[in-house]
Amino acid sequence: MSLVARHLEAVGVTTLVVGSARDIVEEAGVPRFLFVDFPLGNPCGRPDDPTMQREIVSLALDVASKAFAPRTTVQAPQRWGSDEWRAAFMAVGDHNRDQLAADGEARRAHQAADR
Amino acid sequence: MGDTPPQADRQLEHRSFVSYIDKSREYYAAQGFTNPYRWAAFDDAPFTALSKPLADCNVAAITTSFLHHHDSAWGAPATGKVVYHHPVAEVPDAMFTDDLSWDKQATHTNDTESFLPLAALGALAADGVIGSVNGRFFGVPTEYSQRRTGLDAEQIAQWCIEDGVDIALLVPL
Repeated sequence: MSLVARHLEAVGVTTLVVGSARDIVEEAGVPRFLFVDFPLGNPCGRPDDPTMQREIVSLALDVASKAFAPRTTVQAPQRWGSDEWRAAFMAVGDHNRDQLAADGEARRAHQAADR
Repeated sequence: MGDTPPQADRQLEHRSFVSYIDKSREYYAAQGFTNPYRWAAFDDAPFTALSKPLADCNVAAITTSFLHHHDSAWGAPATGKVVYHHPVAEVPDAMFTDDLSWDKQATHTNDTESFLPLAALGALAADGVIGSVNGRFFGVPTEYSQRRTGLDAEQIAQWCIEDGVDIALLVPL
């Protein structure tokens, strides 16, 4: 998606990425980025919270209109309300290391069979 | 002061925001995939300043979600998805996101406004904050191939220019 933003901007369309994967978007280098520090999936606001969604989209448009240089990142002030998801997502540890290795083996066998 | 310090006074052992590049590399390494995915990285970035007031701007939304189910396997994004446009007046109640790598333990995507904010944009247009919501929104597959994404970007750029889009709001899940 960041590559699409870069291309649109290069042909004269002002772009703004709203997202929650800060490192991925910033490494790609986009003109403007509103970072929403939520679990991946709801960058425009918590589900069924239209007030929050409007606040975030409104802020995004402000960033689109007021940024004066590329690679502008603004962090939205909204909070998810808990932090457990940060460590839990794609966790790797003693509790699942054997399972992940087995999953990888199964996936490679499937890919080899497809060839 | 209570026993729990306020959020502003919290102290951290490591940065608070999640590095998905690091996480995914470690996760797939634990699965035995030794050739890490190479993420796009550029030193420079293009910039087009807005040439008119926000209240006169036509705003288009761009999503990585899709209208219909596409088959996928083994955690990979679905194949067979192609870049598309769809009228904003006909927003489906649900969008297909199952194959995308969002946090399925922590949240859900049943409310499309949480990632495709067409009602929020409509309300801002009705209030005069923006000029209009573009008549169609655009969808783009998340491709492992940066070359394919480049071709999709050219198609979306063509549609944006045809429609007179001033601002593109891109929302990756």
